Amino acid sequence: MVLGAFTWTEFAQQVAAGIREGAIYAGLALAIVIIYRSTRVINFAQGEMATFTTFIAWSLMNHGLSFWTAFPIVLAIAFTGGVAIERIVIRPVENAPVLTIVIITLGLALLLNGLMSVIWGGASRQFNGPFSTRTIDVGSVPISVQDIGIVVVSVGLVVLLAVFFRFTKLGLALRAAAVNPESSRLVGIRVGWMLALGWGIAAVLGAVAGMMIAPVVFLDPNMMQTILLYAFAAAVLGGLDSPLGAVVGGILLGVTITLLGRYVAFIGSTLKLPAALMLILVLLLVRPGGLFGRVAVKRV
Amino acid sequence: MSLLELHGVEARYGPVKALHGVSLQVGDGELVAVLGANGAGKTTTLRAISGTVRRSGEVVFAGRKLSRRPEATARAGIAHVPEGRGTFSELSVWENLRLGGYARRGKVRQEAQRVFDFFPQLERRRDQQAGTLSGGEQQMLALGRALMARPKLLLLDEPSLGLAPLVVKVIFAALERMKTSEGMSVLVVEQNAILALAHATRAYVLEVGNVVVEGTSDELRANESVRRSYLGY
Repeated sequence: MVLGAFTWTEFAQQVAAGIREGAIYAGLALAIVIIYRSTRVINFAQGEMATFTTFIAWSLMNHGLSFWTAFPIVLAIAFTGGVAIERIVIRPVENAPVLTIVIITLGLALLLNGLMSVIWGGASRQFNGPFSTRTIDVGSVPISVQDIGIVVVSVGLVVLLAVFFRFTKLGLALRAAAVNPESSRLVGIRVGWMLALGWGIAAVLGAVAGMMIAPVVFLDPNMMQTILLYAFAAAVLGGLDSPLGAVVGGILLGVTITLLGRYVAFIGSTLKLPAALMLILVLLLVRPGGLFGRVAVKRV
Repeated sequence: MSLLELHGVEARYGPVKALHGVSLQVGDGELVAVLGANGAGKTTTLRAISGTVRRSGEVVFAGRKLSRRPEATARAGIAHVPEGRGTFSELSVWENLRLGGYARRGKVRQEAQRVFDFFPQLERRRDQQAGTLSGGEQQMLALGRALMARPKLLLLDEPSLGLAPLVVKVIFAALERMKTSEGMSVLVVEQNAILALAHATRAYVLEVGNVVVEGTSDELRANESVRRSYLGY
């Protein structure tokens, strides 16, 4: 096995690349957690929703819009689309068993995937991101502007959401509706709309993740499928119930698999996913609730 | 005219009918008790009013037909403290109070101060997770949450359940003060009939989903069968 010489500069670069990977997982994992918290449903369509909105961004840019002009338009479309999916597809089966809804999200994923192939074709496309790929020195470590940009945008969105959930009345209502819908109705919260809003926010998170990663991996209808698997893993790692856990889990996972892929020769890039899942399995044996998934203390 | 009027209200859980045509009134600023054995339909009566169970029949609140959706009844001025208190145990005391005032535009800080005046303990527990409070504090929080909405009518389900007698005293004393200082009406379901009659002006006795006795507290205390079945002397 030939690893090449170990240098701290390269190690730092790998960590930076891991954080960039992780920021994408974190965004998508957070989207999964937001929907899971309010409905106990894992949304398997999350990846396809993200790719779909990224294709919309691609089309807009193809029509001459700049990335940053297209960006807010795509977010608005994503939000509306997420809300619409909840109202039209999920709402009618709201009281069905969880498994039924999960199957419906799987169907939705297939449907969106097919639609993308029909509209945009199955070929990979170049997606011109907003950040240049040249490197700048951070400390003495050369890191690409693109990586920094991806992390700043992804983390910025997460911080924005945290502020929204914590300090605004609507954010509080969203949290309340997720943990206790019955009591939420009694204080006048329209719980149905809060669920739809949750889907809208999840779709926005997905859209941002999609638009950030597309310049790195090329855009095609299956772009998010592996990434979604990592995002699921990140969400479970953090504890499916914890938004903070999703973010920490995502970054941790990104860094871990990047380092494993680089420094453990037999893992390389082919065994990264199984290695990551193995690690999570071990962690879950020790902490079944995930890193941050604690059971709320309750006294009667 | 009464603040709340129920005429022949029926409610069911799936195929099981829990209320067979209940009629009752609550006047302005009045505290009315609903008594009865387990399964008599006391809790269901409150839930039928707030809309947390499907109902038929007529419910008139402040001169208007009342909606059957809980969000709408809350906005109309009815605060329901349900069985199990309905606090948000994962959220902090402060967040619970903020949620209580969700349907109102008032200043949260000012309104919360009113609640803290009633229950000073809650102010010390402001940032604590609601689920970690003692039973008595949770009941105070449930009442405080309701108070934040400045309701015209409070529906209160078993406030004394599982609480020490001393705490029950505090709760009911606060209830009396709320009634007078806020001009709020209260419809309370209570297992402890002696306690309920001591505070209520009037009461209804439910049996298997029907009102079987109604009258002022004095009348009920004098009623032979009520005394034997519910007061135990």
